[in-house]
Amino acid sequence: MTQTHSDYRLSQLDQLEAESIHIFREVAAEFEKPVLMFSGGKDSIVMLRLAEKAFYPAKIPFPILQVDTGLDFPEVMETRDNWVNRLGVNLVVASIDDAIANGIIPDAAKVSRNRLQIPTLLNAIEENGFTAAFGGGRRDEEKARAKERVYSHRDEFGQWDPKNQRPELWSLYNGRLHEGEHMRIFPISNWTELDVWDYIGREGIEIPSIYFAHQRRVFERDGMLMSETPLNPTREGEVVEERTVRFRTCGDITLTGCVESTAATIEEIIEEVAIAKKTERGATRGDDRFSEAAMEDRKKEGYF
Amino acid sequence: MSETQDRQMDLLRFATAGSVDDGKSTLIGRLLLDSKAIFEDQLEAVEATSANRGYDYTDLALLTDGLRSEREQGITIDVAYRYFATPNRKFIIADTPGHVQYTRNMVTGASTADLGLVLVDARQGLTEQSHRHAVILSLLRVPHLVLAVNKMDLVDFSEEVFEKIHAEFVQFATKLNIPDLTVIPISALQGDNVVTRSENMPWYSGPTLMHHLEHVHVASDRDLIDARFPVQYVVRPKSDEFHDYRGYAGQVAGGVLKPGDEVVVLPSGMTSKISKIDLFDKEIDEAFPPMSVTVSLEDDVDVSRGDMIARVKNAPQPSQDIDAMVCWMTTTPLKPRQKLAIKHTTRTARALVKDIQYRLDVNTLHRDQETKELGVNEIGRVQLRTTVPLLCDPYSKNRTTGSFILIDESTGITVGAGMINSGS
Repeated sequence: MTQTHSDYRLSQLDQLEAESIHIFREVAAEFEKPVLMFSGGKDSIVMLRLAEKAFYPAKIPFPILQVDTGLDFPEVMETRDNWVNRLGVNLVVASIDDAIANGIIPDAAKVSRNRLQIPTLLNAIEENGFTAAFGGGRRDEEKARAKERVYSHRDEFGQWDPKNQRPELWSLYNGRLHEGEHMRIFPISNWTELDVWDYIGREGIEIPSIYFAHQRRVFERDGMLMSETPLNPTREGEVVEERTVRFRTCGDITLTGCVESTAATIEEIIEEVAIAKKTERGATRGDDRFSEAAMEDRKKEGYF
Repeated sequence: MSETQDRQMDLLRFATAGSVDDGKSTLIGRLLLDSKAIFEDQLEAVEATSANRGYDYTDLALLTDGLRSEREQGITIDVAYRYFATPNRKFIIADTPGHVQYTRNMVTGASTADLGLVLVDARQGLTEQSHRHAVILSLLRVPHLVLAVNKMDLVDFSEEVFEKIHAEFVQFATKLNIPDLTVIPISALQGDNVVTRSENMPWYSGPTLMHHLEHVHVASDRDLIDARFPVQYVVRPKSDEFHDYRGYAGQVAGGVLKPGDEVVVLPSGMTSKISKIDLFDKEIDEAFPPMSVTVSLEDDVDVSRGDMIARVKNAPQPSQDIDAMVCWMTTTPLKPRQKLAIKHTTRTARALVKDIQYRLDVNTLHRDQETKELGVNEIGRVQLRTTVPLLCDPYSKNRTTGSFILIDESTGITVGAGMINSGS
């Protein structure tokens, strides 16, 4: 970036970065109380990096919010803590266990914890009075996401109404809200999975170790490789064996599958992603398999 | 290392337009399929749904219709954004529906597009829709336009049919502002001239659609002359290390900024010099669109969000009287005396509709001066009076400093999109 640009062109990754930083600054300038939703996965880490750049040399002017499912990978929590310490940001944890204990959401026995993230998140947004919540959603992830705006309006119940979205023109974002409503903000909407990996490689960003190939005790379920853990007991006929795997997404340990892979460096991961035949969600996310519109339905309820 | 990982790819944003059955979904499906942007699990899901519904073939439109209600009705409701890449370029498609709420969706998709792709059915020739698409793309100053004459397989790949449509369109386009037009005969269904050259049309010597998308030159479409820097956010670290740091963060909207440049801050009119430009933790020699940077000034002048930094002898006109083309996007009509919120660059104000001069018929370009209101999806020339001066340029000069949105203050909804003719 320091050399003179004879033709004044920006690479597409620099263009995406500039656009995302613009969105971060716009929200920080216009909203009363923003928060950055952080899962610890690669997308939210890229978001943290972009937020860091947007306000440098000042600190990120809003807290980060993590929904603790109680089923998160320990490696992911470790990376989260490293980032929080390095950036000196305020971390708000919304715990599903606490929400159950406090009677805010129903006992988890019958409902999957993945679904319980929704009321836990909405409750945290309401309790803290957040008016804008950044999320690392990308439009290439899923077809319902391809329809969503960068500023995604949520009503006082946190619901998304795909039929009633505000038109979004040029880079003029409309952040008007009524009492009790909030906005979900997706600064990396226009990034693809490959862009995220390219950026992680370029920036030398720390990500959870489970993204890299490692030995893990796994078993097959619904065509996915799941981790052996007391949180996710094997069912009859499921055989645990040690394989060389890595994760493409970081979610709930009981629903996030891994893929067989020997990619141990960012460069190798980029090569692998570039030729992948399946989407990251299709390959590794149990939560999208409930129905053709699983993501859309969860988003309407308030999922991010 | 960063060079290879970045792949030095550039970006092309294009908006598609076309009426319902002209094969737009098929074309997008093919571009995505042939560039490997569709994954096995997505394709399997679409094949399964097509089979369940008893279709004879895989309906690629199911790939793009992402919402439950769209799949139920088999129509596209809203703009969707899709992504694919070839080794040299990444593409963002604003896929705009051909249905009812059509104009406002086209305007939305076209607002950020470098290129507009209009599809026509070779059997039908140009329709009212094709004219409307071209008019909107021209109004929105989309610099490159491609007319893809589709379904050539259904007219026996006839050169005569193609040439007739080509000539008619060129004739129509003379009335518009279309700096770069390319006309390509294709068959989206069979793949002729989409990614690979068609053996069925040896008479056509131009590029395939993909080749054109990959090579069309977009870098020179930005204004690199008139320096414009709308201040978005003031960075004040308030830390021991950066005690006196005061930077103005924003995205360059025009021109090239360099340390040492003499600048004026608008609307105050105070002048100073750029002392440095930061890109995160690096100081850089120059900043140009669309870079997001932080600018520091030599003097301690008062600068806040909504202000604009420009060159002393080349600054935008501060004006409270705005003359603009407005696309109205909601069912309650726009009327004179109406008050709305207006957002222009990083500045938000209120606006009063002083007059609606005419309503533009986007099919015939006729200017209707009788009707004094704009209905949903209508475009007209509007005079506004704003509470504070906007620092504006004509839209024809700069798409960022020349555009604005209108917001209904009671509902909070974006109800209009404006392109400035001039301030006065």
